[in-house]
Amino acid sequence: MSLSQNGDAMSTRRSTVATWLDERCGLEAVREFAARKTVPVHRHTIWYYFGGMALFLFTIQVVTGILLLLYYRPSAESAFESVQFIMTEVRFGWLIRSLHSWSANVLIAALFVHMFSVFFLRAYKARRELTWTSGVFLFFLSLAFGFSGYLLPWNTLAFFATKVGTEVAGVVPIVGSFLVRFLRGGEEVTGATLTRFYGFHVAILPALTTALLLIHLLLVQRHGMHIPDSVKPPVKTMKFFPNFMLRDAIGWLVALGALAALAALFPWELGEKADPFMPAPEGIRPEWFFMFMFETLKILPAKIGPFDGEVLGILGFGIGGLLLLLVPFIGTNGSRTTALVFKAAGIIAILYIVIFTVAGYVK
Amino acid sequence: MPDASRRSFIDYFLGTTLGATVVSIVYPIIEFLIPPALSEAPQNSVTAATAAELQPNKAKIFKFGTRPGILIRTKDGEWRAFSAVCTHLNCTVQYREDQEHIWCACHAGHFDLNGINVAGPPPRPLEQYAVNLSGDDVVVSKR
Repeated sequence: MSLSQNGDAMSTRRSTVATWLDERCGLEAVREFAARKTVPVHRHTIWYYFGGMALFLFTIQVVTGILLLLYYRPSAESAFESVQFIMTEVRFGWLIRSLHSWSANVLIAALFVHMFSVFFLRAYKARRELTWTSGVFLFFLSLAFGFSGYLLPWNTLAFFATKVGTEVAGVVPIVGSFLVRFLRGGEEVTGATLTRFYGFHVAILPALTTALLLIHLLLVQRHGMHIPDSVKPPVKTMKFFPNFMLRDAIGWLVALGALAALAALFPWELGEKADPFMPAPEGIRPEWFFMFMFETLKILPAKIGPFDGEVLGILGFGIGGLLLLLVPFIGTNGSRTTALVFKAAGIIAILYIVIFTVAGYVK
Repeated sequence: MPDASRRSFIDYFLGTTLGATVVSIVYPIIEFLIPPALSEAPQNSVTAATAAELQPNKAKIFKFGTRPGILIRTKDGEWRAFSAVCTHLNCTVQYREDQEHIWCACHAGHFDLNGINVAGPPPRPLEQYAVNLSGDDVVVSKR
């Protein structure tokens, strides 16, 4: 059989398999959709990549998280030792755990960039309100992942950060004390809290995130990529498959390389095992993405008028979170003044977060 | 054609059955999620240390029931004891020998040796306990 006959036979076999699969799974529709999908090309196109980057980092979290599950033991007696075992005994355990921790932090950073780029390009406006809201909920879920995951190694830093973090929930009017008990699995941060956080971290949060992520992605598909008002038609486009996808893939490859380098050069610390009857050590701090709130609570005075300073601070952050969710529903008149007010609010928020985060590390 | 009353009865019957089914599934889940209140007898008194254990201007954290307490021997040799739970956001406080203050590392709250909040964000004083010496034992009790 000649070479060309061989090639013909192969392509016939491939098309038979494709037809068989298409008849059963409707692959043709997917192929048609992929061929039709385009991405606008303009000077803000770079911001489109951050959503895909967050999705890629989430995938790393899922894969490394599942691997860590094979050795991690969620109890106050053995959690710290099991992470120590992963870091020192399991082959490439240091790499998997450090990748999980680094990737989690880079994911939050990517989400900050993604969210603020959508905010400043005003991509949340009419018809995309739910895309924004579902995205903000996904951001909150990521923070919850970070908070619950921080406790799992059961070290001193995490123990006190969890004490403070769960106590914050007590400030919520009416249901505060119930919330604290619910989060802690009792009155205090104990092994019961660890087990509970483990359940949140590996089951409840992933289930919620997967469902919400599907909704978010479906909405993105339904409405297509937003073109900023400042971009005037005609707008050039590129095909999603393979042009945009390949560019995405290059970003992911670079991110994977950077994460591996970070994990190798700066393996994630384990610290000291938590002892509930030790004083909080000096230099106690939460993860960087909670630092601006931690610093704010540090500088607020004990009393502001008749109220406790920390109560006002925490309620302020709660209102901030609510406003973030409601961004598409406030100031929708489309006037230039509203746009300027939103822009200024966004810049102030970024400056506030950056200054207070840096202050937390500089002292 | 079924009459309206039979139809509305069936609607009502199926609707309430569905509602009851949902409630019978959701209620146990919610109850399961709420941690049980442990019926632990409250502890009113504990031997926190032995007198020889602490030199003047030193302190130790001790276990008082499920919570930490702090026992301090002042420079003058006097004994003081407080709840070690900071009134700001629940961190465990420590004794600063250099300042003769009780200090919380989490948000830099300061309390004096009477447990009074004197600097930083804590809004209230620490709960103070009574200290009695029984032989060599330092016994701390709730007031």
